[in-house]
Amino acid sequence: MEALIIHVLLTAMVVVIVALALTRNLFAVVVLGGIYSLLMATVLVALDAVDVAMTEAAVGAGVSTVLLLGALHLIASREAKPLHRPWLPLAVSAAVGGTLAYGALGLPPFSDPGAPIHMHVAPRYLNEALRETGVPNVVTAVLASYRGYDTLGETVVVFTAGAGVIALLRRRKRK
Amino acid sequence: MKDDIILRVAAKVVMPFMLLFALYVQFHGDYGPGGGFQAGVIAAAAIVFYAIIFGLAAGRRLVPEPVVETFLAAGVLVYAGVGIAGLALGGAYLDYFVLDHDPVHGQHRGIFWVEAGVALTVAGVMLKLFYMFAGRASDG
Repeated sequence: MEALIIHVLLTAMVVVIVALALTRNLFAVVVLGGIYSLLMATVLVALDAVDVAMTEAAVGAGVSTVLLLGALHLIASREAKPLHRPWLPLAVSAAVGGTLAYGALGLPPFSDPGAPIHMHVAPRYLNEALRETGVPNVVTAVLASYRGYDTLGETVVVFTAGAGVIALLRRRKRK
Repeated sequence: MKDDIILRVAAKVVMPFMLLFALYVQFHGDYGPGGGFQAGVIAAAAIVFYAIIFGLAAGRRLVPEPVVETFLAAGVLVYAGVGIAGLALGGAYLDYFVLDHDPVHGQHRGIFWVEAGVALTVAGVMLKLFYMFAGRASDG
């Protein structure tokens, strides 16, 4: 049942992507992008990754749609006709996509508990996190405690991105 | 959308639940899914929603720009400050075990403040981005 739901959602995402590539109306592109994110968030819920799903729904479907609409307000709402035929970008996309698909064939089966990535530090986190940190949610324990440096780095990245946008878009008062 | 009464009434009904959900995701993150990043984004999304319905000026009155900028920087400082507190109490940087007499309690305390820092910075950045983009669009 779960696999069926995921496959239906993934098929809908393919449809959205094809529509995204074909349409020239930028308002429709932004809305389709939001729909894509919402479908992705639903797939993540079906995969039991609820916290990633919350982030995808709030950032991908919510805030970034609003930001894109804000940007759209400043420009024309129709994409200009491209000057060249799209053969080169199409070939690059096909090559990258093909390489990724080929690489994915070499991955261990999905959710295989014996995969190498699950044999390294994951068993220690799963077995010891509750005793060592007193936090039942292992994800929180890993993010905030075991990998505290990484999360500090991520927070600084978010901060730097925000500061960069402020520096670019802030209007100085003219004298 | 300022004149649409259905949207205005619905927004006022939904807003408290959105903010409450953000707080739930923040403080229940130790037990259920979620944490600082998600809570920060959801809180920012609630304010963005309010600003879309009632206008950018109303959003800026609710959460003024200086407050947003303070949040944006304060989050990183809170996070880094937890690390400094660990150093001051004789541990390594970001060592939570020394934050309390009981090491497990110290972990809890460290995680709480670290998540608070993440939420502040993420909410601040999201809201600031929205204000900057929407501000450009409205003043031409």
